[in-house]
Amino acid sequence: MKIRALVASLLLLFWASLSLNAQTLDDTRASGVLKCGINTGLVGFAYPDEAGNWKGFDVDYCRAVAAAVLGDPDAVEYTPLTGKQRFTALAAGQVDVLSRNTTWTFSRDTDLKQTFAGINYYDGQGFMVHASSGVMSAYELSGAAVCIQTGTTTELNLADFFRANDMDYDPVPIETNAEAKQQFFAEACDVYTSDRSGLAATRASHEDPDSLMVLPEIISKEPLGPLVRHGDDQWADIARWVLNALITAEEKGLTMDNVMSMGDSNDPEVRRLLGTEGELASFIGLDSSWAANAIAAVGNYGEIFERHIGVNTAIGLERGHNALWTDGGLIYSPPFR
Amino acid sequence: MGQSGFVRKTMVPAAAPPMLEGTVIGWLRANLFNSWLNSALSVVFVTAVAYLLWQFIPWAFKSSWTANSLVECRQQIKAGFGEDVSGACWAVIRERYLQLIYGFYPADLYWRPNLTFVLMLIALAPVLFPTVSRKLLLFSCMYPFLGYWLLWGGSIWGVALVVAELALAFYLLSPLTARFGLLITIVGVVLATVLWWLFAVAPLQSLFHGILPLGLRAVPSNQFGGFTLSTIIGVTGIVASLPLGILWALGRRSDMLIVRSISVGFIELIRGVPLITLLFVASTLLNIFLPPGTSFDIILRVVIVVTLFSSGYVAEVIRGGLAALPVGQYEASDALGLDYWKSMRLVVLPQALKISIPGIVSSFIGLFKDTTLVSIIGLLDPLGLSNAIRADSAWNGIVWELYVFIAVMFFAFCFAMSRYSMHLERRLETGH
Repeated sequence: MKIRALVASLLLLFWASLSLNAQTLDDTRASGVLKCGINTGLVGFAYPDEAGNWKGFDVDYCRAVAAAVLGDPDAVEYTPLTGKQRFTALAAGQVDVLSRNTTWTFSRDTDLKQTFAGINYYDGQGFMVHASSGVMSAYELSGAAVCIQTGTTTELNLADFFRANDMDYDPVPIETNAEAKQQFFAEACDVYTSDRSGLAATRASHEDPDSLMVLPEIISKEPLGPLVRHGDDQWADIARWVLNALITAEEKGLTMDNVMSMGDSNDPEVRRLLGTEGELASFIGLDSSWAANAIAAVGNYGEIFERHIGVNTAIGLERGHNALWTDGGLIYSPPFR
Repeated sequence: MGQSGFVRKTMVPAAAPPMLEGTVIGWLRANLFNSWLNSALSVVFVTAVAYLLWQFIPWAFKSSWTANSLVECRQQIKAGFGEDVSGACWAVIRERYLQLIYGFYPADLYWRPNLTFVLMLIALAPVLFPTVSRKLLLFSCMYPFLGYWLLWGGSIWGVALVVAELALAFYLLSPLTARFGLLITIVGVVLATVLWWLFAVAPLQSLFHGILPLGLRAVPSNQFGGFTLSTIIGVTGIVASLPLGILWALGRRSDMLIVRSISVGFIELIRGVPLITLLFVASTLLNIFLPPGTSFDIILRVVIVVTLFSSGYVAEVIRGGLAALPVGQYEASDALGLDYWKSMRLVVLPQALKISIPGIVSSFIGLFKDTTLVSIIGLLDPLGLSNAIRADSAWNGIVWELYVFIAVMFFAFCFAMSRYSMHLERRLETGH
């Protein structure tokens, strides 16, 4: 483990010494496309539609950045990446933004030399059981057979949780989410544990969703967000403030439909955000309509959420922690001033 | 003493066949129930097959083709076949079969992969079937460049420049060999080719393209997927790994120490490392070693890795064929005064390859199926796409329908290959 980390950091150092940083914005403008890394397929977050266009919660962030930087939300080159590839792809410049439901952790931020642009989804590991089992709480799971994806942090969290509460369990190792679903639906295990967004999606795909229940306990913090590589602060600022613009837009009631007519709003922060007052845009090297373009392309944070994973979609996630701070959630943007 | 004897003068009339011969019962008795053990096994297997079909056929036919989501599928099946029926939701295949075949290739350009595929069959014909005119072989040699240009598009000048250089090298090969000797010529030609590709092609291409812009719309590699991607990787790997494998096999049996050591080292390295590891090297590790901003096409990287991997296995299969050939054959060709390459080409390899056909074809079939491993490095081959399609919340929860479709497609390809190999064995059968 130590040696692997050492080799990895040496290689990254080697790469860093060669790198031509601090010009991602210029490069992106020159090529005319934003290189964005996404998931190879995660319900609600990234998937190809019938015509082969990528869609989803994470994909819309790429579109927002492309709209802000290039003025065109379709000017994105998507690279589907697996969990193993994502960080090297970003470090090597194969992608310039990684929007792939990545958990913000200390080591990823520091050791792997990434810069997280913020948090766009607060996830956490939960448990799902068959409603017929009568289990109402994760603390009643002692002795249960648990379906668990091997080689993930969820596996470690699970072990920690059961050990801390002096319970034992019988792990049923599986490789993919699709396999886990088959095993769990066939009752080969009593419990399926994964991120709660994933559990909700799995539950929604069952013929009778009411026969499954997601338990209330959340046993880990999984703050997901987009990230860029270390070394180009201007680019990191753009990534961060595009996300903040989408959040502020929801707070200020700017939507996909009305944003273009809100430039003369009485609210000075809205005017600054939309570029009709002040010159915030010039500080990060973008056109004054950058935020308006992003919001017009994909809508505000709430609209993106409701469109792909909200209660009215097949996945049906409540806002919960992901509500605005004004509604009792954790989604919060620093002010535009 | 009178001789007593009997010579029959007329034919015995043919007796009727045993009562059960030629009847169904007779066939069953001879083939399925000819001993207690076989009878028991027959009963068990017939029951198992019947049970599977009993489950599968209603599932496959009490299905929905027209729905637009899994939920709608379930509603349609319940409405059409009853409350408790769970049938197949083939609607996902109806909606996505083009995606599974062409990946993200632009829909208005589907004719390009189609044409490439048809031309591939034409290019393979003279190689596979002796009755086809030899003149087509020239087309076969041109095909890789043509196919590349059709699939990826872009300016025709790049491909034309590469072809022109190779043709020139081929034309000059024998005069140069006569002048400088084989080794120097080969090294020189390879060096010139590499330099030409690296430094001359790009500027010349833009020059010519400026004068006469001829080309197709470029399609970047991230739009490739589905069976198109599997076929590109599989077929290129198969075609390129056979000659490479022959060279490794000959190298391994060579008397020259360095050639032999390199061949043995390469083959053992390849056979000692799983393909997945090599794919990770291609996708991840190369990114770290190459200078940032180098765009080394991911499909090209995978094709190279798959080709090298397969050539290691093919080499060992061919070495088996070489070893199976009686020493007399080698000695006979030496006695005829043939040099090394002539004796290999005219005497040894035709016989050794014939022996190796079943092994070569099974490693090709294995290679073709191994292309599905690219889904773990984020390329969307049919298996990777099945996961991506499931990520659409309309189809989340679909498993078997996609796998059945993919399995049927792969079976068609692989079965055709194995039938061809049997045909080839029969055609080349000379007996000993």
